[in-house]
Amino acid sequence: MSELDPEDRERFEQLVLPHVDAAFNLARWLLRRREDAEDVAQEALLRACRFIRGFHGGNARAWVLQIVRNTCYTWLEKNRPMELSVEFDEEVHQQSDATPESLAIAGDERERLTRALEMLPPRYREVLVLRELEGCSYKEIAGITSIPIGTVMSSLSRARRQLCAVLDGSPGEEANREM
Amino acid sequence: MRCDFADLLLHSYFDSELSSVDAEKFGRHVERCADCGSELVNLDLLRDRLQLAEIYEAAPASLRRKISAEIRPKAQTTPKSQPLLWHWLAAAAALFLVAIVLLRMSPGLRNDDYQAELAAEIVDAHLRSLQPGDVTGIASNDERAVKGWFDTKIKFALPVHDFTNHGFGLKGGRLELLEGRSVAALVYERNGRLINVFVWPTPGPDKSPRTGSQRGFQWVDWRQDKMEFCAVSDTAPADLEQLRQLIHSNT
Repeated sequence: MSELDPEDRERFEQLVLPHVDAAFNLARWLLRRREDAEDVAQEALLRACRFIRGFHGGNARAWVLQIVRNTCYTWLEKNRPMELSVEFDEEVHQQSDATPESLAIAGDERERLTRALEMLPPRYREVLVLRELEGCSYKEIAGITSIPIGTVMSSLSRARRQLCAVLDGSPGEEANREM
Repeated sequence: MRCDFADLLLHSYFDSELSSVDAEKFGRHVERCADCGSELVNLDLLRDRLQLAEIYEAAPASLRRKISAEIRPKAQTTPKSQPLLWHWLAAAAALFLVAIVLLRMSPGLRNDDYQAELAAEIVDAHLRSLQPGDVTGIASNDERAVKGWFDTKIKFALPVHDFTNHGFGLKGGRLELLEGRSVAALVYERNGRLINVFVWPTPGPDKSPRTGSQRGFQWVDWRQDKMEFCAVSDTAPADLEQLRQLIHSNT
């Protein structure tokens, strides 16, 4: 990267650096692989750095996460388009390495939840991560994901139900019944 | 059976996203509706599970290093204004971690590893130095005051000299204790640049200087009189070498 204007650097350090964890966490859950997440989060953060003058105050975390999210989707389109093409097919769980079987033998609660989350389509995964792990409001989630608030609500509701169904060990069935 | 009411309102209620009027209305509904009541319990359980499992993934240190390496000023830039001395001491506090790396460095480690590790730690330390926190140390250009301050705190005879006559003004010092070892950090200023000199006792024999640079930082370290010195800065290598010679001939 070319030399930064000192003012831009200061703004970046104040506005963006506090959200490096949030940026990585979102990328990790969207991409499901830590190595990919690190590369893409880095790309997104440097993009935020280049665009720092375009940020005119407001919610810095949401701004950073929006850039991370867009960068992740661009990356997925390029590298794993299959994952996005099935995003609204609620019966497809094969997009993840996780399967109900692997979930059943995952002894550790943390591992169980991780695999269950990874089985959700990216659009559901991201609203859950933003809401439950990042503590974002519906309005923030709508801003980050560029989807209307009503869709945020319905996605969250479906995402939670799917996650519960997956964790209960009967993916598909219960989800279908309830949807 | 699911309550028709439940779907969207329930989640908005659970997430405290309803207006106070709506929340009150829905609260009254929940009192009467067993479906919604148990659904709320389930949502609560799910949230607890997600929180308790600690699945939040914080950024790895390597990511922070890469970012800070990209944004840090190049060595050639001149600061617009002189940073406050306490900021410098804060940086010294952080750069002290560099000394930790050196402490832990095994003799057999290759120079490449040494440099890479050092550079990585410098950048990390720089980042951390930007965080607010308590800074303790002594800010003084009086070598006797600085030496006196150190003497009560470390068990080795730290050479403290002000080299203002040679263009290296003493700014102060700082100290940390790690694994039972004291590491002193002397802070010098050269043309508006900060130089940290880390010093700690070592049983090893004298060693001629090793130098390196990574991402705009220069370092030189050497051993002399049972002490290890490591000077780190973004000044020109020649400046660092000059300071090294000054310290060397005055120790």
